[in-house]
Amino acid sequence: MDVTEKDRRLIAELQRGLPLVRRPYAALGAAVGMAESEVLRRLGRLKETGVIRRFGVIVRHHELGYRANAMMVWAVPEGQVDSLGQEIAGEPDVTLCYRRHAAPPRWPYNLYCMIHGRDREAVLARGRQLAASHHLDRWPHRVLFSGRRFKQRGAWYMPGPADSNGRGEEG
Amino acid sequence: MVRQKTSGSTQQAARDYSPFERALLNDFQHDLPLVPRPFAAIGDRLGMGEQAVLEALAQLKDEGVVSRVGATLKPGVVGVGTLAAMAVPEEDMERVAAIISARPEVNHNYEREDALNLWFVATAADDSALTAALAAIETETGYPLLDLRLVCDYHLDLGFTIQWTSPKRIDD
Repeated sequence: MDVTEKDRRLIAELQRGLPLVRRPYAALGAAVGMAESEVLRRLGRLKETGVIRRFGVIVRHHELGYRANAMMVWAVPEGQVDSLGQEIAGEPDVTLCYRRHAAPPRWPYNLYCMIHGRDREAVLARGRQLAASHHLDRWPHRVLFSGRRFKQRGAWYMPGPADSNGRGEEG
Repeated sequence: MVRQKTSGSTQQAARDYSPFERALLNDFQHDLPLVPRPFAAIGDRLGMGEQAVLEALAQLKDEGVVSRVGATLKPGVVGVGTLAAMAVPEEDMERVAAIISARPEVNHNYEREDALNLWFVATAADDSALTAALAAIETETGYPLLDLRLVCDYHLDLGFTIQWTSPKRIDD
C-alpha cells in the first residue's frame, strides 16, 4: 500500500509509544497537526493493510521471567527455505521466523527462528523438538543463546529524541 | 543449583501480578481499541475504570514490564533494517557494546554465545543512512561486521501469550 508523508509523520511520532492519557489519539494528533479523527482513520488503515502489525501493549519478555532466548539458524537450500520457514513460523513458542541473506563462508545460514522460554533447558528441549518434527538437522545448523542484553527498545525508523531508556521490548 | 548464565541481569520477574494486570499484559497486545478513549474501552472490558487502566499501565511501564503502548511495523515498508554480527574479544566487549548501543539506529544489541558473539539490529530511514551507520560502527569499534539483510519474514507476529507461573521464584 501507499504510505504517505502524513502516515510517516504519524508513525514517527508513535515510535516512542502512545501517551498514557485519556485521549491519546488526540494528543498524538496535536503533536503532528492532525485531528483525532484523522489519526484514528490513518491508524485503522495502516493496521488493516498490515503496515502496523501489532498495535497495543508491548511487553518485555525478560522482565516477565522469560530469561532464556535462543536464536536457531539453519543453512537450507534455496528451494526449500520458504516452505520450511512457513511451517516453523506456525509453531508455538516460535516468536520470530525469517529468512536472511547468508554471508558464506563465515555465515552460511539463511533461515532463523527465535524461541523464548523461562530457562535454558526448556528452550533447548523445544528447539530439539522443533528440529525433529521438521527434519531440520539434516542442514548445517547452530543454536545461539543470548547472553548480556546491552540494549533493547522499539525500532526507530525516523530521527527521534535521544534514547533515554536503553531497555526495550520484544527481544 | 548452578544458575545458567542467560542474561546479564539476575533480577526476577519483579512481583506477582493481579488478574487485572495480567489481562492488561496479555489481552491487548494486538488491537488497542481505535476509539477516542481506548483506555476507557479496555476498562469496560475488564470491569475497571479508565483511570485504573491508565495508572496500571503507567506503573507497568515504570517497572519496565511494558515497553510502550504502541505499534510494531512490518519490516521494510517504512525504512530499512538489518541484523549485524561481530566477533569481539571478551576483554573488549564492554567498550564495543557501548559504542554500538549509543547509536540511535540500533534498537537491539545482544551478546550471544558463539564465535560471533555480538548481535545487533539497526534501522534507518533509507539504505544509504543504514549503510553509513554500519560503516561508522566498523570504523569506531575496529571490528568488521556481517550485514545479514532480511529476505522475508514468515511470522505473523502474533504477540506473546504469557504463561503465568506461581509467585515462587522462577529460576531457583
